[in-house]
Amino acid sequence: MKTGIVVFPGTNRERDMAQAFRVVSGRTPQMLWHQQDSVEGFDLIVLPGGFSFGDYLRSGAMGAHSPIMKAVRQFAEKGGYVLGVCNGFQILTEAQMLPGALLRNAGMRFLSQDCHLKVEGRDSIFTSGWKHGDVFRAPMAHGDGNYTAAPDVLDRLEGEGRVAFRYCTAEGQVKDGDEHVNMNGSARSIAGVLSENRRVCGLMPHPENLTEEILGGTDGLPLFNGIMEALG
Amino acid sequence: MKVRVFVSLKDGVLDPQGKAVEHALHSLGFEGASDVRISRVVDLCVKTDSAEAAKEKGAEMARALLANEVIEDFRVEVVG
Repeated sequence: MKTGIVVFPGTNRERDMAQAFRVVSGRTPQMLWHQQDSVEGFDLIVLPGGFSFGDYLRSGAMGAHSPIMKAVRQFAEKGGYVLGVCNGFQILTEAQMLPGALLRNAGMRFLSQDCHLKVEGRDSIFTSGWKHGDVFRAPMAHGDGNYTAAPDVLDRLEGEGRVAFRYCTAEGQVKDGDEHVNMNGSARSIAGVLSENRRVCGLMPHPENLTEEILGGTDGLPLFNGIMEALG
Repeated sequence: MKVRVFVSLKDGVLDPQGKAVEHALHSLGFEGASDVRISRVVDLCVKTDSAEAAKEKGAEMARALLANEVIEDFRVEVVG
């Protein structure tokens, strides 16, 4: 599997992401500067977390129009796999490669803490490392993670099994209106979604930051194991 | 020509900033303040002498970048 990690000005989680892939595959992903106009030869493109372009205008808005995104879009249209975490998720929604948008957290606070996620996505390499309904812990660090979309879009995502992850309690209970569980106020507690062909996935929390015991746990490993098993 | 693009959250989209400002206004004694919404104004110049063309250009830029039509509405004015 050949993985490329896109680096925008202000990206800051690219090395955490590279380390997670190194842990499961023994191989180091290649960093791709945002001004490149080709992503040929890769199996997976990752848009990592950070604050691309200082979150100016809207989080992810400027990054979505960087030269490399044209190539990433074409790559996805041809069936390429794309993963966006945190700012990467924001960029994917701004680029309209995933539906919806990420608004300011409902409580206005930047949230830097652990959350629990329920695995709900179906038929996707991004969720295949878990069993449907599994619950895992993941760190989050964002100011704009409040997922929103039109009600019919939300219905469609749910109907098609394209809600990849939902915020929940440690026991797996989803509580939309509870600010201690659905901390950023996301519509229907949605933390991550899949594209129509299930090959593009975006999520706000950071599974890559829990992939080794020295980091405090390996709860995020199944994401990378699932990808590795599928793409080799 | 100078163009002004107003970008605001669509009706029904929660505006946490607006809510926070509303609470602050209440605590300052402005109890009557309600429905506070924060919008964004982008001023820019476009190279054309036609007000109509300037307005159209502004709208084009709003659709491409300045507004996210999933959550925001926009309106364009030519200001000189």
